[in-house]
Amino acid sequence: MIKRIWTLFVARNREFIRDRSAFGWNIAFPFLIVLGFGLMFSQDRQVLYKAGIVTAPAQQVQRSGGDNSLTKGPFAAEKFAQFKKTRYVEYITFPSQEHALKTLAHHRIDILINPAAGQYWINSSSPKGYIAERLLLAAGSNGGRGFTRQIVQGREIPYIEWLFPGVLGMNMMFSALFGVGYVVVRYRKNGVLKRMSVTPLRPWEFLTAQIISRMFLLLGTTAVVYIGCALIFGFQCRGSYGTLLFIFSLGGFSMISLGLLVASRSSSEEFAGGILNLITWPMMFLSEVWFSLEGAHPWVKKLSLIFPLTPMIDGARKVMNDGAGIYDLKYQIISLSVMSALFMIIGSFMFKWQKE
Amino acid sequence: MNTILEVKNLVKSFPEVCAVQGVSFSIPRGICFGLLGPNGAGKTTTIEVIETILKHDSGEILYKGRPRGATFREEVGIQFQNTELPQYLTVRETLETFRNLYGRRGDIDELIEICQLEELLNRDNRKISGGQKQRLLLAMALANDPELVFLDEPTTGLDPQARRHLWDIVRNIKMKGKTLILTTHYMEEAQILCDRIAIMDYGKIIAEGTPQELLEQHCAGTIIHLDITPGKKIMEGFPWPWFQVNGTMEIHTDSVNRTIEELMRLDIDLSSMTIRSRNLEDLFLELTGHQLRT
Repeated sequence: MIKRIWTLFVARNREFIRDRSAFGWNIAFPFLIVLGFGLMFSQDRQVLYKAGIVTAPAQQVQRSGGDNSLTKGPFAAEKFAQFKKTRYVEYITFPSQEHALKTLAHHRIDILINPAAGQYWINSSSPKGYIAERLLLAAGSNGGRGFTRQIVQGREIPYIEWLFPGVLGMNMMFSALFGVGYVVVRYRKNGVLKRMSVTPLRPWEFLTAQIISRMFLLLGTTAVVYIGCALIFGFQCRGSYGTLLFIFSLGGFSMISLGLLVASRSSSEEFAGGILNLITWPMMFLSEVWFSLEGAHPWVKKLSLIFPLTPMIDGARKVMNDGAGIYDLKYQIISLSVMSALFMIIGSFMFKWQKE
Repeated sequence: MNTILEVKNLVKSFPEVCAVQGVSFSIPRGICFGLLGPNGAGKTTTIEVIETILKHDSGEILYKGRPRGATFREEVGIQFQNTELPQYLTVRETLETFRNLYGRRGDIDELIEICQLEELLNRDNRKISGGQKQRLLLAMALANDPELVFLDEPTTGLDPQARRHLWDIVRNIKMKGKTLILTTHYMEEAQILCDRIAIMDYGKIIAEGTPQELLEQHCAGTIIHLDITPGKKIMEGFPWPWFQVNGTMEIHTDSVNRTIEELMRLDIDLSSMTIRSRNLEDLFLELTGHQLRT
């Protein structure tokens, strides 16, 4: 049993590593994405901004000693009214300033304004925050007067560090779903699975070998990308690497299981490709890979919870950006575990060696 | 003689067709058994039911006198007709991968030697020819040192040289005491390799025996072939059955001398005449009414 699983594990790894185009792309793709975003932000080309509005009274905040310690009151009201007329800015209301500041620290919004207190906060590492601040200050006719500039309390998270777990997660998603799904469907289509089915190999042994192989390759390529990007961009993980490895492993397993479920019966690469696209595209946009769902309609947020990518990226961000431990990730771990079990049970039940 | 496989009243239906309708045969140990038939005859379905790929509706299959058990897959080797090989693996890696899926394993050096793979071992599967691929598939079928080997049209699509090459290998396998079940479209192949033959059509076995027995039972006589088509009027009252086939004439006779005398009497040009014994191809044509075809 172990020998059979090991044999298929080795064979599959060889196939993957020798397929240089696919292997290279798995490594190069996230680098290119991160590099591209780095370039984009350095040139301030973003056009869409999210402004948080605190409706609660102002709390004690740490002053930055910035250059806009000006008069509050009517000036702030006028400036805020003018700012709200700015197009391409979305306004999100926060009843709690504490929560809003946390949201700003995680780049889910670009600027936070408390009109009543005449204060605004930005994340100094955020290129979008910089633009949003300029827009606020330029609004109205009272020059720089009206608001006091504040810097978010505690440690700020550079935008690229917020983005990075999302890019890693997305790369893992593509690698897991297409890497497993396509391979199994191709094996079934060209008869390799049929050939294996007449050996003593059992379905669960085959599936286990595929999962272990893909996990090994997935975590290996992710580690290479992580180290490479960390060296180039100077990232740091605030939590433990063990916790990060755990959440990525669980997320990877969940998505490999989803890939096996998609590939459990089909022998058409076109059909499987269509289904995989149908799954990956919503995940790419709704699992907060590129942008936060802060301010999105509640049903969109609820919908995002059905995708395994959402808890994986959320968990990875908590570890990397906030230094969260295993216990802090309990909801993500439960969610990914339930999804994995569900995908595996249904996938194993539906699995067929041959074309129908 | 010791029977290795016995099939009794095997029935297998699909939603639109009953592919196998009460097939029965038994295969003694150590022979090459040929299953012949045109596309749709039911031979591949029969074989796949025996191989445990398909489930049968009714009937009985006994391997070594007992229903096929857990060890069946360990003891049989199978070569499918249209199997692709795993990509990016070498010939040796592919052979080792499949060999490692079995508990009982044949000697790899012997496998390589039998199937003449020595010079291909480090070559990528994607870079081997059709004949080389068939040899590798055959080696994979022998990877577990099987007692019973299924070969499904192993030479289809190969050039004559590669086909003869594979025949030599199959003969060697047979000499090692293995039992083979071979399906083929090539009568020459069946005649050369098979000790017993069953001809299937429309899901039934319509003839079974050794090639010699079948020829003696169904195909006594000789065929005279002429590249002309004399008018029916000239051939009126001709004492032997004759047929027009694609603008030529074929005469089935039990006396070559008397037939030639009669043709000369009718003043028919014999310059294009060829004479041959009746073979399995003729037998098949006679039994099924259509050509054996791919």
